[in-house]
Amino acid sequence: MTALDVVFALFASTAAAGALLAVTSRHVVHAALWLVLALGSLAGVYLVLAAEVVALVQVLVYVGAVVVLVLFALMLTRAPIGVRADLDAAPGRRRVAAVAGLATSALIGGTLLAAIGSTAEVPAGDGTASALGSATFTGWVLPFELLSVLLLAALVAAIAISRGRDADTPGLDDLAPGGTADRADPGAGSAAPAPAAAPAPATPAAPSRAVGPDGTS
Amino acid sequence: MSLLAQGVLAAENPVADFGNDNGWVVFGKALFIFVFLVLLTLLTIWGERRVVARMQSRPGPNRVGPFGLIQGLADGVKLALKEDVIPKAVDKLVFVLAPIISAITCFVAFSVIPFGPAARIPFTDIVTPLQLTDLPVAVLFVLAVAAVGVYGIVLAGWSSGSTYPLLGGLRSSAQVISYEIAMGLALISVFLYAGSMSTSSIVAAQEHGVVREIFGLDLTMPAWFAVQLPVAFVIYVIAMVGETNRAPFDLPEAEGELVGGFHTEYSSLKFALFFLAEYINMITVSAIATTLFLGGWRAPWPLSAIGGGMLNEGWWPMLWFIGKLLGFIFFFIWLRGTLPRLRYDQFMRFGWKVLIPVALVWIVAVACWRAANSATIAADGTTRIVLIAVGIALLFAIFGALITGIDRADRRDAARHETPPDEVDPFAGGFPVPPLPGQRLIRSNGIGNGRDDDARRPALAAAGEADEEVHGG
Repeated sequence: MTALDVVFALFASTAAAGALLAVTSRHVVHAALWLVLALGSLAGVYLVLAAEVVALVQVLVYVGAVVVLVLFALMLTRAPIGVRADLDAAPGRRRVAAVAGLATSALIGGTLLAAIGSTAEVPAGDGTASALGSATFTGWVLPFELLSVLLLAALVAAIAISRGRDADTPGLDDLAPGGTADRADPGAGSAAPAPAAAPAPATPAAPSRAVGPDGTS
Repeated sequence: MSLLAQGVLAAENPVADFGNDNGWVVFGKALFIFVFLVLLTLLTIWGERRVVARMQSRPGPNRVGPFGLIQGLADGVKLALKEDVIPKAVDKLVFVLAPIISAITCFVAFSVIPFGPAARIPFTDIVTPLQLTDLPVAVLFVLAVAAVGVYGIVLAGWSSGSTYPLLGGLRSSAQVISYEIAMGLALISVFLYAGSMSTSSIVAAQEHGVVREIFGLDLTMPAWFAVQLPVAFVIYVIAMVGETNRAPFDLPEAEGELVGGFHTEYSSLKFALFFLAEYINMITVSAIATTLFLGGWRAPWPLSAIGGGMLNEGWWPMLWFIGKLLGFIFFFIWLRGTLPRLRYDQFMRFGWKVLIPVALVWIVAVACWRAANSATIAADGTTRIVLIAVGIALLFAIFGALITGIDRADRRDAARHETPPDEVDPFAGGFPVPPLPGQRLIRSNGIGNGRDDDARRPALAAAGEADEEVHGG
């Protein structure tokens, strides 16, 4: 065992423990934080394997963006602090999920062991930005582009779902924080000033009735 | 019109050599960075209060020490002596963790910032770069650390168990992640030009001006990336103000709306950590801007020519670096003294609909420009002309799309907002609202607020009932 092996084992077991805690925690925000631990340790694993770019991108994308967005959504919808009872799935489903998870791990682990063997050298210089870039844009360019199309499809689908069926329902523009369509302010983006920029969305919604004869002044 | 090659690409790896560093040197550098940042924070707080005061025609703090210099220290001691309140409703562990995350990450980012080239440590023979460390992916490291720093804000907002911090935390994190994208995109063109993500290599890449022959004249372009890549520089500077939650983008701390934002519930040293983190973040983004766009520690142009580059060696560069850094900090303070705060939706729209698209177009343009100047294409005149024509056509198409898009959005807005009624009852909704421009006020004293049972009753009778709402009037 070299020192690198020890560090690798530490990171790997932390990642596994974090992942387990993330799915067993009854506290939504804590689950998200355990996920941060799992993903961050995974970045450590990459670093031990001399893939520094991948490690940093892992931190940047997963820790810095994905889980922050998860937390963001949690804060918007389930902000109260405390344990929630309605997080658990039915026991049967939990068992099926555990089996599926174990099977996937066995499949991937088995494939790796069969393909590489129990030990493998970490090739030097494969983790640099230029090596990664040329690999991505030569041999792996088709999977890379396919993934981009997949992400694009996901984006389009998300917009389509949030827009609803017909054009009259409020769309993404109106729902998103800082949505623009409803606020009449021309803002920095547009050149032509919109007429009657409202200082606040303050137009009274209720029909303003004049004082009736039976009302006092 | 022949455009010369862009100069030899710097190596991807750092040019700084850390081979001579022993443990003591590394420790000393780390200590120096820590002390430097804390002292600079104290100075920045003092400077900010003095400068803003001068801009507002008042003296500012001038009692503690000469020119009030010790004021920051006095405030720090006062903060540390306050009672550390932990409210009952908080999630304790996360509540304590949040300021620590904030404070640690802001220090860590500074470890890859070069203060100067290799210099001899006084009274020893050790020659070492004035930089704690460097990586081939140093700038990516800074971005990753900043991304982790967001957790301090998010978790502080959430774990306080209180509404205003939650809203402040939400705003803050939305703001930081939105502007981080624009920031990262602005840096990409620097990577393209420097050929590296290591900070010392990027500084090295700004050493020599590029000689370009434009209309028969040999012009030496200044080497700073701020001049070579002006759009990226402007985007970065705007994004860095957004990223640090500073005025005019200080919406997370909008006092009138959110009390103190995400740190409303924090007191004593924990609050001091957030305060420290905010100022160090400001210093960090300024240092990155200096390193990536203003030539880092390199002396500015007329000075760099003195004595055959004498001022670019030894300990001099630290002076230029700190000078440029202070320039950015003054810029931050200036902005705060000058600009009013943006409204939240304006701010988000500006980030997503202006900064990010412009940054994307700029990256494509820079990549095309570099490709067009590469050896194979530059040699072939026809290909070049065709490419340039395509590029110009693309630009027109983009602008056309932009203008029609804005037109359509305006028309949609106009269709959606039917003209407001001529007269408005300011109390129709039960609470006072101001009239729109051109509207006439009518008073109903709360009668006619849409609730029929109330509306039919005289106000005096209604006031006598159990329903004690006061509508004013």
